[in-house]
Amino acid sequence: MIKKEEVKHIAKLVRVNLKEKEIKEFQKELSSVLDYFGLLQKIDTKKTKATFHSMQNYFKENIIRDDKVASDSLADNLLKLAPVTKGRYIKVKSVF
Amino acid sequence: MKNLAIKEIKKGLLSKKFSAVELTKEYLKRIKKADKKIFSYISTTEKSALKQAKKADDLISKKEAKDLTGIPIAIKDNILIKGQKATAASKILQNYTAPYSATVIKKLESQGAVFLGKTNLDEFAMGASTENSAFFITKNPHDKERVPGGSSGGSAAAVADDLCCCALGSDTGGSIRQPASFCGVVGLKPTYGAVSRYGLIAFASSLDQIGPITKTAEDAKILFNAIKGKDEKDSTIISYENSSRSKLREQFSFLKIGVPKEYFIKGIDEGVKKIIKKSIKKAEQKGAKIKEISLPHTKYAIPTYYLIATSEASANLARYDGVKYGLSEAGNNLIEQYFQTREKGFGTEVKRRLMLGTYSLSAGYYNAFYLKAAKIRTLIKQDFENAFKKVDAIFAPVSPTPAFKIGEKITNPLSMYLTDIYTVSASLAGLPAVSVPAGKANKLPVGLQIIGNNLEENKILNIANLIV
Repeated sequence: MIKKEEVKHIAKLVRVNLKEKEIKEFQKELSSVLDYFGLLQKIDTKKTKATFHSMQNYFKENIIRDDKVASDSLADNLLKLAPVTKGRYIKVKSVF
Repeated sequence: MKNLAIKEIKKGLLSKKFSAVELTKEYLKRIKKADKKIFSYISTTEKSALKQAKKADDLISKKEAKDLTGIPIAIKDNILIKGQKATAASKILQNYTAPYSATVIKKLESQGAVFLGKTNLDEFAMGASTENSAFFITKNPHDKERVPGGSSGGSAAAVADDLCCCALGSDTGGSIRQPASFCGVVGLKPTYGAVSRYGLIAFASSLDQIGPITKTAEDAKILFNAIKGKDEKDSTIISYENSSRSKLREQFSFLKIGVPKEYFIKGIDEGVKKIIKKSIKKAEQKGAKIKEISLPHTKYAIPTYYLIATSEASANLARYDGVKYGLSEAGNNLIEQYFQTREKGFGTEVKRRLMLGTYSLSAGYYNAFYLKAAKIRTLIKQDFENAFKKVDAIFAPVSPTPAFKIGEKITNPLSMYLTDIYTVSASLAGLPAVSVPAGKANKLPVGLQIIGNNLEENKILNIANLIV
């Protein structure tokens, strides 16, 4: 059973507040899911390469394009969506 | 104008039996009435739909109609249409208006298609029942006490109840195929890389694919051909060298169909088993050779999928921080803003998956969980590569059961995850797979899943067309 402290630590990494009740429930649920996932440890994968892209073999080289400037009204549309802006800047609370 | 497939609508439009505007008005009327009980749409886009229909009528009168001109389509609400709301069925995007259109939307617009509205889904496409939508639960038109499946439940229910001609959904671990099976319609998950993901709200980037949900396999082919193809905005796209319109007749006598022995162990509903076996027998009677195959790593597919998908989701959903768009809770400082915005904006299942994904990527666990799963993904992919050396297509169930009752599985997340057993493997391997209605168990639809080799959507759709 994963510890309550671990659940709180993960919630911190996820950047989400959890209520006491949620922490207890996630503790139970995550433990049972992770226990079940433990069956993956039974396979020997020492010589197996990982797959991150299922169709990797179809790409002989990286897909790139020239860094050309093109006009696009997208920037204006994006600014409209931000909750707080100042001119053409999105305002963010100070990081420190 | 009832229960028309794409071909029939085209005929009606070209012969002037009805206009695109009349057809669109009829569908909008139908949605207003039926959706009071089904709840398949989150929003209807009446004004723009009628504008699009008018444009379609113009194209038709100029004799410039294309495959999808005037066809009324429903769009899953995790696909962006510029100027329309895109919520991903989440409170965190409840008031978000899309600033640009998905590539698939632009492709359909260029053909003069009509978008009726945005359909309901499990929040951020995380779920198998549409019960995780932050807004409401969509009902299965075949039995309103049951789920339509998920996460593309709204799209599947809309097609099943004729509240659109066809729809777009998205599939990460089964989210097109399973609701298609539960609602008795056709649902195709294309090969990974066949359809652009630009403008699809991301869940798991190595697994997500947009695909058609339709009344017939022929419609799925038409819709798939319209949305597939090269896009400079998605660098994972594979182009099809020859986009030939192959005939819908695939000779069964030349086909070798594989049946995975690991898929028929206990846990599968007897009614589902009967229907799948019947489909296999049907194919055999039509001349196909049936071969038992083995996909030995099947039992590792669920943990592999859930570790990879949730890990990728934890990265993809980090952007919802209340800074650039979406719900924004004030907080006293930046970090509080993040915590409060995400606490309020994300539903329980989303939080659960983000926790799981973050855990599996975190220091000390990355090797045991995420990396291990990525290696087992290779083994699962190899299982299929070996199988396709011996067979042309694989027949399998879509889900161990038909549609379950609303509320039945929602309290036990692990039991919900286990229902994905037949769909996640094809997603992990990147293979195309279609669910086609194959019969009814206790009056509930059951789909047959046909899995094909890379880029063989046409082949599996042809088989699907012949097996009904």
